[in-house]
Amino acid sequence: MLDGRGAIKRRAGARLWLSALWLGFVALCAIFAPLISPQDPLAQDLMLGRLPPAWMAGSEPGFWLGTDSLGRDVLSRMIFGARVALTVALLAGVVTCLVGSALGLVAGFYRGWADRIVGRLVDIWMAFPPVLFAILLIAVLGTGLTSVIIAIVVIDWTRFCRVVRAETLNQSQMDYVQSARIAGFTRLRTLLSEILPNVLPTMVALLTLEMGIAVIVEAILSFVNLSISTDAPTWGGMIAEGRLAIHQAWWVLVFPLVALFLTVLSFAQLGDGLRERFDPVLR
Amino acid sequence: MTAFLQIRNLSARLRNTGHRLLRSVDIDLPAGVVRGLVGESGAGKSMIGKAVLGVLPASVEIVEGEIFLDGHDLLRMKPAERRRLIGASTALIPQDPLTALNPSRRIGPQITDRLVDILGWTKERARARALELLGEVRIPEPERVVRLYPHELSGGMRQRVLIASAFAAEPKLIVADEPTTALDVTVQKQILRLISELQARHGTALLFVTHDLGVVSKICDSLSVLYAGKVVEDTTVDAFFAAPRHPYSAALLAATPRHNDPASSLRPVPRDVLDAVAAEIAAADAAWSRHG
Ligand SMILES: Nc1ncnc2c1ncn2[C@@H]1O[C@H](COP(=O)(O)OP(=O)(O)OP(=O)(O)O)[C@@H](O)[C@H]1O
Ligand SMILES: [Mg+2]
Repeated sequence: MLDGRGAIKRRAGARLWLSALWLGFVALCAIFAPLISPQDPLAQDLMLGRLPPAWMAGSEPGFWLGTDSLGRDVLSRMIFGARVALTVALLAGVVTCLVGSALGLVAGFYRGWADRIVGRLVDIWMAFPPVLFAILLIAVLGTGLTSVIIAIVVIDWTRFCRVVRAETLNQSQMDYVQSARIAGFTRLRTLLSEILPNVLPTMVALLTLEMGIAVIVEAILSFVNLSISTDAPTWGGMIAEGRLAIHQAWWVLVFPLVALFLTVLSFAQLGDGLRERFDPVLR
Repeated sequence: MTAFLQIRNLSARLRNTGHRLLRSVDIDLPAGVVRGLVGESGAGKSMIGKAVLGVLPASVEIVEGEIFLDGHDLLRMKPAERRRLIGASTALIPQDPLTALNPSRRIGPQITDRLVDILGWTKERARARALELLGEVRIPEPERVVRLYPHELSGGMRQRVLIASAFAAEPKLIVADEPTTALDVTVQKQILRLISELQARHGTALLFVTHDLGVVSKICDSLSVLYAGKVVEDTTVDAFFAAPRHPYSAALLAATPRHNDPASSLRPVPRDVLDAVAAEIAAADAAWSRHG
């Protein structure tokens, strides 16, 4: 029993650290992009088009992961693409979490008309197919980083709202909440200092998951050319371009795809790991 | 002198169905006295406790009656004043020590928060008080325990913490809602003795909810027998165990297991007694509907 739990903990720990390591690496790339990227991510040189990665025949020094059909350095574009990905992940994730969780906490704790209004809103929202909704929103808001973030918040707040509401409702039934009321604490204080700490692990897990989702959504929008300006390097944009020349230059598609995959996976793993860390009962 | 807690003619029902939960309940509890509240499951014992502590579920409404706490008419006070009065003069020892402590907060602040934030004590005084009470409920190493999380304590230890917490602010009235049901039999006795001991030392009025008449005989001074939300007998413990007046009480007493006679536990309350009580309640309800 104890051994089993220990083994589970160790494995969870390894996953947590690997995810954190990768995300830390991506974050460093994003922050120091101008310093570390070997080439100008926007510089085109048709003479250097579709160069293969450094370890393959026909490569040029300085272009570690090869170039795309316009001769732009894949590695440098990926490094700058990390900036967009992480900015969207952080801003969209946090704002979505705050908006959705706040509504979920209020609905689950105060019940009554607040719960009915929020519940109705969630139902209406859930009726929209999310990708279509996103594209529609961008069409209205116009392309750009802010629009992408707003679109993610507007679409995904329901994810937090539903889960946080259910968890709040669950916690509200506990005797410790009743004791806080008897002791004379206000409802707001009971919500913030008794219930919120118990809902927080769920929120953190969802937040990291949402960051992963934000990265994917941004990639999808770039893929269909609805994210930020076409020139600016984004992972989704690179994947879209790479797709057109998959047989001649697979590296343009594969490297950003791997980066995207690892990042999304790491966010998800981090969420699980942190949840276990934060939860005093599992700890 | 009037009793610290007076429940007068209290009736409550479910808001949506109109189903009656409490029927003209009268209970008096003077300072320093222990009153047992017995009855089978669903009789409304916890409802009475919740009504007194101002935490009735939203689905339940009080249709008539009064609750006086220290002479104040609870049901007619401003909500904020009521909260302050209840917070300052009462406490609950709950049934389930598992969910009665906040799992994500340390033990210490769960005891002292209320002393500091509601009663305005200094942090040092509240901390000293918490340690003192944890000592009183015989928790070893209180200084260590205040830094632990609830899941690091056994059920019995948690219940001790809850008892310490209930007595910490010197409330005039404590409602204990089946405080030992969730515990091991061996631990039950210790906890019971502890509650009784602290009650006597602090001179607290105690409303002790239970369905165990054996427990009542050990720690209560008086008792109210509840059936379907109605008090069918209100008497002293001595009088009750000598000769219960109401047929339902008598049957309940007969159904209580005695330690020297295990077979006695298998006797249910006879059908005809239950029918008689049901008829009595139906008659009371009919009379009540006519005048209401
Ligand atoms: N939240 C609630 N909403 C509606 N009805 C409730 C609620 N809680 C309890 N009841 C009903 O009120 C009645 C009295 O319940 P109460 O909890 O007071 O019983 P009890 O005497 O404490 O029983 P037990 O020994 O099982 O704790 C029961 O019929 C029960 O079904
Ligand atoms: Mg009960």
